[in-house]
Order: sequence, then structure tokens, then C-alpha cells
Amino acid sequence: MKLRVNNVEFAYNSTPVLESISMELDRSEMLGIVGPNGAGKSTLIRCVDRILTARGGTILLDENDISKMTRMEIARRMGYVPQTTTRVFPATVFDTVLMGRRPHLGWKSSEEDVDKVLEILELLGIMEFAMRDFNEISGGQQQKVLIARALAQEADILLLDEPTSNLDIRHQLEVMDIMKGIVRKKGISAIVAIHDLNLASRYTDRLLMMNGGRIFAAGDPESVLTVENIRRAYGVEALVKSDGERPYIIPVRPV
Amino acid sequence: MSVSTGRIALFVVVLLLTIVALVGSSVVTGSSAVTVDDAHSAILHKFFPDRYEPNWLADVCVWNLRFPRILLAILAGISLGAAGAIMQWALKNPLASPYTLGISHIVAFGTSITILFGFGYIGGKFVIIGAAGISALIATVIILYISSRRWATPERVVLIGIVMMILFGALTTILMYFGAAEAVKEAAFWMVGSLNRASWNVLAYMAGTIVLCAILLLLLIFLPSLFGVDERRIRTSAMVVASLLTAITVCFTGTIGFVGLLAPHICRRVIGDYPRFVIPVSGLVGAVLLLGSDLVARTVISPVILPVGVLTTLMGAPLLVYLIVREGIRG
Amino acid sequence: MATATGESHTVTADEIREQYKKFVGRKIFFIFFFIALIVGITGVSTSLGSADLTVWDSYSSILRKPFPNTFESKYIFTLDDVPGSDGERLKQYLIDEYGIVWVQSAEISKSADGKITITGEGDNNVEIMLDERDTEKMTVKISGDIDPGHRVNDFKVKEVNGELHIHESTWLADVCVWNLRLPRIILGIVAGIGLGLAGAVMQAILRNPLASPYTLGISSGAGFGASLAILAGAGFVGGKYLIIGNAFVFALLVSFIILGLSSRKGATPETMILAGIAMMYLFGAMTTILQYFGEAEAVKEAVFWMVGDLNRASWSVVTIVSVVIALCTPYLLAKSWDLNVMGAGDETAKSLGVNVKRTRVTTMIVSTVMVATIVSFTGTIGFIGLVAPHMTRLAIGGDNRYVLPVSGLLGAVILISADLVARRIIAPVILPVGAVTAFMGAPLFLYLIMRRRREYW
Repeated sequence: MKLRVNNVEFAYNSTPVLESISMELDRSEMLGIVGPNGAGKSTLIRCVDRILTARGGTILLDENDISKMTRMEIARRMGYVPQTTTRVFPATVFDTVLMGRRPHLGWKSSEEDVDKVLEILELLGIMEFAMRDFNEISGGQQQKVLIARALAQEADILLLDEPTSNLDIRHQLEVMDIMKGIVRKKGISAIVAIHDLNLASRYTDRLLMMNGGRIFAAGDPESVLTVENIRRAYGVEALVKSDGERPYIIPVRPV
Repeated sequence: MSVSTGRIALFVVVLLLTIVALVGSSVVTGSSAVTVDDAHSAILHKFFPDRYEPNWLADVCVWNLRFPRILLAILAGISLGAAGAIMQWALKNPLASPYTLGISHIVAFGTSITILFGFGYIGGKFVIIGAAGISALIATVIILYISSRRWATPERVVLIGIVMMILFGALTTILMYFGAAEAVKEAAFWMVGSLNRASWNVLAYMAGTIVLCAILLLLLIFLPSLFGVDERRIRTSAMVVASLLTAITVCFTGTIGFVGLLAPHICRRVIGDYPRFVIPVSGLVGAVLLLGSDLVARTVISPVILPVGVLTTLMGAPLLVYLIVREGIRG
Repeated sequence: MATATGESHTVTADEIREQYKKFVGRKIFFIFFFIALIVGITGVSTSLGSADLTVWDSYSSILRKPFPNTFESKYIFTLDDVPGSDGERLKQYLIDEYGIVWVQSAEISKSADGKITITGEGDNNVEIMLDERDTEKMTVKISGDIDPGHRVNDFKVKEVNGELHIHESTWLADVCVWNLRLPRIILGIVAGIGLGLAGAVMQAILRNPLASPYTLGISSGAGFGASLAILAGAGFVGGKYLIIGNAFVFALLVSFIILGLSSRKGATPETMILAGIAMMYLFGAMTTILQYFGEAEAVKEAVFWMVGDLNRASWSVVTIVSVVIALCTPYLLAKSWDLNVMGAGDETAKSLGVNVKRTRVTTMIVSTVMVATIVSFTGTIGFIGLVAPHMTRLAIGGDNRYVLPVSGLLGAVILISADLVARRIIAPVILPVGAVTAFMGAPLFLYLIMRRRREYW
């Protein structure tokens, strides 16, 4: 068990956002978090990476409490991929990915760091953009660059906050394929907050469905993505079909 | 919500009384060895020549020095306050004023370059005033153009105005060094503003311009058919009137800052946001502010006279910070 | 958007590695280029002024201090060998330098106390004697057939192995360079470095391209603090540390207000700068009032604090400012990686192990220390900290590891060139350098505000 979240609570000012969240993440597992807007998906991911500090409960990384770890120690274990970033000042794709080496290097980047960055750029197929400015490339390419940065961190857990929500369907599939491949090949685990239930169903090993700051349902996609759960969590009437392996959701109307 | 005329009338009366009180105390304070009694008898001698024996020194001091200065403070205050109110209304920008839009400094630059070319205050007065007017119009056109852009948030317009202010302030400073030996002092006059150049002549020009502008405004507001009913056109014409007021004021007092920003805000806070009342009443508020600041500037470290612009900045800059922070939270 | 797959040439890792090396090489080239530029401008700037020197004169005068033998002025003769073996040498020198051809055929004599006399026809006469008070000086008096009738000059005396070697005098150049011009230029260099660096740091940590010590009002706060301390009785000579300390306190106050404002929701870069400028006017007004409480020269002093110039340069000032800049710079450079990471947003920076809040506060404090020290002696020179980082990024991109040092160097280049312009444009009057930098910086500022529309709409 790589990551264990026990009874985590979080509140913005006095508005509770997360209430007694408990979950676990296995080695080489891709865990999806789904739920309507405002369910607390992003907040949970940020709490796990201690970008936000959880009010109550514990988060254990290999049985070590992250609240007792330094930021740098956490950064070496977990990589965070934000939804988007806008940079005020220019930075090349290469330099952006090189920033992922921050937890491992001092002021000077060594030849080894450069090699690592090139290897990851190759892996994600974005080598040709290496010397372009980050702000000049398309949203899908930017998302890949952000994933590349997290990979450069050499973390064994990746946390992705809605990585596909700004992308066209081709890029959605590309990004999720890349993630799936990395999880399989490198033995990394990933937590992905995701809006698209069909993508979630197709790519994740296990799903958490959140609603109102609580975990509403958990398990494999088939058991979570049921007509009943979707109706109660989203207030949407939907058809759920199956291709024999994974459920597919066709939303019909709001109830 | 209806206009509370009673409230406005009361405010106007209070303002007028304050002006009278300030005039009264201003006229009897000063560095020269003129006692309060001397000053009183010098004033009263004008009206009752038989009953009050004038003292020559007091007479000169009061009638040639203090009264022109006081009246200049009132007129400049009216014109800056009203100009600020017009600009804030016309541009729908609560941060606008002759100073914060950079118009004052562009006028100062235009005026001082004319003076540098050899037109003195005595002979070439009309050339100087003309130059001031033209610079004000150019500045206004620039500001109107910028404000009409889609990206023009109030903050951005004022930021551009302030940069123009810094730029033309620097240009004016450099000009001063090219010119007179008293360069630094001159530059300070144009950059901070003062009421030292008051004279009955100056007052006549100022008063004339203010009356002219008042008539133009009345025409604008009450006879919109003259200008068409297009509101944008009315606002643009109002800006031109405001730039005229700015031009004449800067010409004779330099760039006195923040009166035009402060006055409309104080005014709106008391009487509410009714442009046709806010504009004239802001003028009165401006007069009170400038007159009061001048009184403080002359007395606080007497016999040294502080530049009055420094005091108005001291009041106005915190207001600017407050407005920005408030707008910032709202945005 | 089309993804570049298929036939298009696939880029290999080695190509990128090569490009990246070139990219880094270009940045390093700029560092050396600006250092060379600073050296060049220093030479030109020290040579120009009320007494004209050649650029070579000023360089050799500068280098003579550390390397007295290598950069010695022209050797003329040895005192003991005149009259005698060096007599012709001396004559030739007098002909070349002063055009007095008559010495060719004149007689050289020397008295017991070492006074050399060359007497020609009529009034023509040259006397060279050791100075009574200054053992390193010889006075040369020429009279007769020379315009305007007579001339007095100096030679320099140098003892080598017990012999007195006579060289060309370097007195004028040394005084001009070392006492008058060099302190001013070096103050310009270190102040420029400090302001350029502080500007780059502030833009990075506030993620605000309009930020700089000047436009955030921090310089004005420092100016007010410094003039308050001076008015309270701390002289420029004794109470330097008190002045800097007080400048720092007020500058820090402004810095924290700005940091507080930047953490507010809805604070756009523009609102932050407007607040900064409003504080600039507030402190400017308070400083002006202070000047009136103080000396009679109030207006001049107020202009000094509000516009800024380098007239107060002296070696002790240069030393203090240099030491502070030298102490602060390494810390900021060490943090440049973290500033890069913070450029991607606070959340990303946290996830990459950067303690965002602490880094932001400490780098802001360190930059403020530099700004306060500089402003204490130069007044508020504007726009260096705004212009330098932008021009730097234009040239070498946004990597703060290089932006920070290059921006500092460029700041120095800008400030000493602006000072050169300020000194020469209507010589002998010296303009305040702040007026010149405002003239350069304000248009850039306008451009930045108007360009920003793209990012918002």
C-alpha cells in the first residue's frame, strides 16, 4: 500500500470542503476521482500533495505521515500536474520540464539532468517542441509538457488535476494513453481527477465517486458507474451500456 | 432614489461658510509683520475709507499679496474640482482627474516649452495660455482614445496617465535645466504646483475661463439638442471643457495634484452620484480643499511656505490607495 | 491544431542537446558582453568632463593604482644623466611636447640643488626644478618664444634603484579619474546592478511584469526613511548606517504592503502598481515637507530625493553600497531556480518542493535591503529596475538563473550610460540622472501596459 488517506478533513475558512475522506492507492494503480463540480476532487488532490494542509486526519506515504516530511521529500515522491498554468514570463518547453528536476538538483543542472529531460521528451513525443516557448504551444501539448515535468521529478505517485478538461478528443485519448503506459511500464501510481465518466471508465483501474466533500462510492468502474449512482451524485438520468469489459455512459436528461 | 435637494443645499451652505471662514483666517495670517488688527483695518478701509486709517504696509500686503493668492486658491480649487468631477463622469472612471490622467503634466510641459522659447508671462501671456490649451486638448484626445479601447480598464487608463505624468515631468525637468539658472526651483513649481504667481491679472483670466466653461457645461447639460442626444458625444464635449479648465489652472499654478481626484469623491459621498450636482459642488469642495491646504502650507512651519501641492498629495495619495484596494477586492 | 506527426523531420535528442548548448552559450555570451560594455563605458565616461582626457589616459590612470609599474606614464629622463647622456632625450621631449624648437641648439646646465636650466636666445628659457613640498613632483617653467609667453607644467618623480626617474605628470588625470569621476561611475555601476537585480527579483516573485523598486513605491519609501534620518541629525559622514537602517525600515513597510496586496484575490498587476505609485507620491510629498523643515536648500534636496542623481558619490559611499550589493547578490542568485519554479504558479512551486511563502518574503527583504542602501545615496532613480529585466528577457529568454545576473549588469550599463548623457548633454550643467532614466523607461512602461491586453481579453 503506497498511499493511505485516513479521515482527512479540509475547510476553506469555515466552509467544509472535505469531510472524513479515506482511501488507499496501490503500486502501479491508476485511481480515478469523479464527481460533480465542487465535490472536492481538486481539493483532495491538493491536500494529498500538501499544497493545501489538511485540517484533520492523516495522509501516509509508505507509512510515513506527510505532515512530518519536508516539502522537498514530498516533491521527490509525488508529482503534481495542474490543470493549466499561465506563465507571465517566457520559458522554453525544455526549461519547463527541467524545473521538474528541482527536487534533485542545486543551482546548476548537470549533464545527467539534461539527459533525463531529453529521455522524457522523447517518451511523450514532444521532442520537436523542446525549444519552443511554453505559452506558444497548443493546450494538448502544454498538458503533455506538464506531465513531462512531473515525470522529470521521478516521483512514484503522480497526481493529475483534470488533465483532459481543456483538450479535444484526440488529445484527451493521447494524454490518457500516455498516462496508462507510464503506469504500466514504470510501476508508477497515479490519481486522476477527471470529469469525463467515459474516459474514467476506460482508463482507470479503480474509481472514487465524490459528492459534497464525501466519498459517495468506490470500487471498480463497473460497480461505481451505475445508473443509480449517477442519478444521485449528478442528478442526471443516464443510460449505462457495457461492451462486456467497461461501462459506457450516455447522459439523457437532468432530473 | 430621488435627489435630496435639501441635503445638497445644506452641503453647499456649509461649503460656502467654510470658504468664508478660511478666507477670513487666511487673510490675517502670513509671514509679514502685519498684525491681525492691521489686516482688518486694511480690508475695512477699502469699504469705509473715513472710519479706518490704513497702514501702507498692511494695505499692500493684504490687497496685493494675500487676496490674490486666496482668490487664486478658490478659483483653482473650483476649476480642478469641477474638472475632476467632469472627467470621472465622462470617462466613467473613478480614478480619473486632471492630475492622474497626466493632462496636468502635459500642459505644464507645453507651457514651459513656450516660456523657454522666450514668451514671458508679461508679454506673451496669450501665447502661453494658447499653448496650455493646445497641450490640454492633445492630452485629452489621447486619453479619450485610450479610454475607448476595449482593454481600457479604469486602472489601466490611469496607469497610462501616470506614466505620461512621469514622462512629461522628466521632460519638463530637463527643459528647466536648459533654461534658467533657477532650474531646480522652476521645475519644482511645475511639478508640485504653488499659488505664488497670483496677481489680479491672473485672477481675471481664471475667472473668465471658469465662467465660460460653466456656460458651456450648462449648454451641454440643458440643451443636449445642440450637440445631439448622443450621450457619447456629450461626454466627449464635457472632456474638452474639463481640459480647458485644467489648461488655465496649470498655466498659473503648476500641477497641483489630487484636488481633482479628492473633491468629486468627497462630494459624491455626501450628496450621492448625481452628475449635474456633483460637478459644481465638487468645484466648491475643491476650493475648500485648496484654500485649506494653502492655509496649512503657509502656517505649519511659518515663515517657510510649503508648496501647496505637497499637502494636497498628502491627502489625495492615500485616497488613491484606498480606491484601488477597494476596486481590487470588488474585481 | 495539427499535431506534428508523420512525414515531418523528427527531431533527435542530440539536435536538441546541441540547440540547448547554444542557447546557454548565448546567455553566457551576454554576461561577458555586458561586462565588456561596462568596462568600455567606464573608460569613455571617465575621460569626458570639464578637463578632457583621452580614453587611454583614463584607463591607464585607473590601472596604475593596482599595477604601478606596468601602467606608468611616459618615461622622459633620469635626473642624474642630465646634462649628459639623457640631455638629448629631454630636448627631444620638449620639442615634441611643446614645439619649442630652439632648445635643439641651447645649452643645458644643472645647479647643485638639482635645478635644470636651458637658456636660449632672448627670453627663451626653460627651468626644471624639484618641488620643495612634494617629493614626487618636478615643476617645469617655460618662457619666451611660446604662446602665451610662458607655461608651467609638472613632471612626476619616481625613485628607482636610488636614481630619480622623471616621467610625464599624471596628476591631473589621477585627480580627475580617482577623486571625481571614478567614484561616481562605480556608484553608478553598483547601483545599476542592485536596481536591475532587485527589479528582476520583484517581477519574478510577484509575477508582475510592471514591478520594480520604483513603480512599487519601495524606492520612495526608502528615500523618505533616509531623509528622515538625515533630518533627525544623522550626517552623511557619521550616521551612514542609521540612514540606511531607517531607509530600510520604510522601504520594508512598503514592501510588505505590496506583498499583502499581491496575496489578495483580484489584485491585478495594474492595481498593484497603481497602489505602489500612489505610495510613491505619498512618500514623495512627505519627503518634500521634510526638506522644508530642514535646510534652506529645500527645493534642491527634494528634487534630489524624488528624481535621483549620482552627485553624492564618494569612495566611502561606494564601499558601503558595494559591500551590501556583494552580500545580497549571491543569496538572490542562489534562489533563482526557485524563482523559475514560482513563475509556474504557487501550487506548482509547492509541489516541486519550494517553500513559496518563505522564499517570497526573504527574497523581497533582501532586494529591499539593496534598494534601501542604494536609494540612501542616490535618491530614487527610476525605471532601471523595470527596463533592465525586460530587455534581458528579450535577449536571453526567461530563465532566472541567467536573467538575474544579466539584468544586474544591464542595469549598470543603462545607469552609467544615462549618467554619461546627463553629464554631457548640456555640459557643464549636470542633469539629474533620474530624469534621463525616466525618459528611457516611461515609454517601455506604456508599451508594457498596452501590450498586456492580449493576456486579458
